Amino acid sequence: MKLEIIVAVIILVFTAQFLYMSSTTDSEYGGADGEAEGVIEELTGGTYEPIADPIWEPPSGEIESLLFSLQAAIGALVIGYFFGYYKGKKQPM
Amino acid sequence: MHIMEGFLPSPWWQIWFAISLPVIIYGIYKLNGLIKNKRDLLPLLAVAGAYIFILSSLKLPSVTGSCSHPTGTGLAAILFGPAISAVLGLIVLLYQALFLAHGGLTTLGANVFSMGIAGPVIAFIIYKACTKAGLNFYIAVFLACALGDLATYVVTSIELALAFPAQIGGVLTSFKAFATIFAITQVPLAIIEGAITVLIFKYVIQVKSDVLVKLNVLSEAGLRKVKEMTT
Repeated sequence: MKLEIIVAVIILVFTAQFLYMSSTTDSEYGGADGEAEGVIEELTGGTYEPIADPIWEPPSGEIESLLFSLQAAIGALVIGYFFGYYKGKKQPM
Repeated sequence: MHIMEGFLPSPWWQIWFAISLPVIIYGIYKLNGLIKNKRDLLPLLAVAGAYIFILSSLKLPSVTGSCSHPTGTGLAAILFGPAISAVLGLIVLLYQALFLAHGGLTTLGANVFSMGIAGPVIAFIIYKACTKAGLNFYIAVFLACALGDLATYVVTSIELALAFPAQIGGVLTSFKAFATIFAITQVPLAIIEGAITVLIFKYVIQVKSDVLVKLNVLSEAGLRKVKEMTT
């Protein structure tokens, strides 16, 4: 149990930090890649044109979060399945 | 956060493809060997791939007031080595580039290099060095995964800095600008990734510790020591 408690404390500290920061500053919490785009614009004086566009973009934020959740769900399903399988195999009925 | 579609000009995106391709080919070759000869390890391979799927879908807020996501490649790197991790990373990057417009096809080479190759290589080296030095297994896992995660974003910053050197100060100045965004945002997320991966290893040891010996992650004696420690 010791490890779980350490990890829980780390996550709690992280959450507290986020709650504090988000209530005291007006940060937008946008993606870091979007900010990098800003830096590229600054470095090139706004002259840089992307050499390619994404072939398909999620039409809305809702669809995007759907696909991100789907990605996490697939991962969680696989991990849960195999850990359960190993655990069940180890303890004969 | 991966480099966005179209944001690496020629010749950089071709260069990163050229560097990443041989590693991917070697990784596929190694993966084939694993699938043919060590079928009992396949579930663990699926777990390692799934772990990258989950972690790289979680965009977390950070101290810098922006969001980024962990990579999850440290688990695969410690278990199966960097080459196979590169192939697993490629699968996730393709999913995100095609369905989420996150990352991109022209920047795929650079993103595979940072997330699939550089991060796992650093994680693998740190893990091996720590266990050789006799460090506690869980601390070794934590350091390897946290620093591997961080390395991915340092390399992303280098890739962007090389492609976009500042007019005054050149590559170094723009590296500082990109690293401020990517690497510093990543520090708390890297710590969380390291901590959670430690837990995954704890559960692997609980349910299927023999695979760790088979994969040369731990020696018999090392495994016994870890088991005594946690019980």
